[in-house]
Amino acid sequence: MISTDTATVLRARGLRRDYGAGEALVRAVDDVSLDVAAGETVAVMGPSGCGKSTLLHLLGGLDRFTAGEVWLAGRNIAGLGERALARLRRDTVGFVFQAFHLMDELTAVENVELPALLAGRSPRAARRRATELLERVGLADRARFLPAALSGGQRQRVAVARALVSEPQIVLADEPTGNLDSDATADVLRLFDSLHGAGQTLVIVTHDARIAATADRLITMRDGSFVDETRLTGGTTGSLGALAGLEG
Amino acid sequence: MRQEVVLALLAKEPSHGYELRGRLRQALGPLGDAMNDGQVYVILGRLEKAGLVTSEQAAGLPDRPDRKVYVLTAEGQERVSDWLVEVSWPRPDLTEFHLKLVAAAAAGLADPLAIVDAQRRELLRRLRDAQRAALGERDGSAAALLLEGIVLRLQADLRWLEACERTWTGRRSKR
Repeated sequence: MISTDTATVLRARGLRRDYGAGEALVRAVDDVSLDVAAGETVAVMGPSGCGKSTLLHLLGGLDRFTAGEVWLAGRNIAGLGERALARLRRDTVGFVFQAFHLMDELTAVENVELPALLAGRSPRAARRRATELLERVGLADRARFLPAALSGGQRQRVAVARALVSEPQIVLADEPTGNLDSDATADVLRLFDSLHGAGQTLVIVTHDARIAATADRLITMRDGSFVDETRLTGGTTGSLGALAGLEG
Repeated sequence: MRQEVVLALLAKEPSHGYELRGRLRQALGPLGDAMNDGQVYVILGRLEKAGLVTSEQAAGLPDRPDRKVYVLTAEGQERVSDWLVEVSWPRPDLTEFHLKLVAAAAAGLADPLAIVDAQRRELLRRLRDAQRAALGERDGSAAALLLEGIVLRLQADLRWLEACERTWTGRRSKR
């Protein structure tokens, strides 16, 4: 039995997810182990179909694994029933998806406050928190807009604000810049960078190198398994000047 | 740094060496940290010898290099004009990396995918550094524009590595 210390927000051991059976068996996630420390940003990169989205769903308790174990905020989720798992998810995880998943008929601020209301916060407290978060993502002036009136980048920033409303211990993001053009990507990049700076724990699965490059640690995934892992912090081989082609 | 860069910075008006350094620093932002301040004076010395600039001592001041005011000669002017219209662009050297993968696989020396992974690690570290520097710049500063170019190039290289990964994964599974 592996003990979980408080500094590890997310821990997975021997995680596996099979689809189908017999000849048609697909092992989407194959023996993956992972520790994410508090305050750390981890990026998982890999070609489409490598299992990284499935992995994120398993880590966040959105999908059940075939074998292995996951501890979320110190709790082993394998033994939890649906309701207990949903509660743990609501209290500890914020999700950000490629397609934003905002409610079209709710305004930006209503989208952001919704999880807080569902968690039983008072309407006033939920609205206050949602307003603060919209300000933090630079959309205070768009609070009463419907998603349809927002650009893709703005919608994703609303989705990030919503992910943060319950003060989650960890944010799990699935291709957060996958639907965005270059300028909108830069906005989301800046936002993730500031979350990271504020000590938010983040796991990002992506094939966008720019968002992956905001991470402390990069994991490469192929055919359902981790094949490479590296720290991105500290230790480029050259200075910035060398990147620009200037002699040192 | 090419001599023509210093020459072109001098085209605005006769300048002291430290003024040229200042213009470079402003254009390069954090990238300029890699620049050796003495370099500008070395280049100015060479340009003077080549007859592309002349210098005069500012009156009544001791003989120190930063007291000199440099001026473009007619020949220097011409060199700058030629340089501005010259179409040169650095060629990315992808061939060596490509052949590394081919040779490693052919001789069974190393797994091409492991070589791709190692290269990706390095490029992502560079991307991280360049991107952080870019986020720290004011929008529209000269240095932000240069950093954007560096970021875009790294992205292009990383996309090519993805293509390498796809191809070599395919070849490996056929073996």
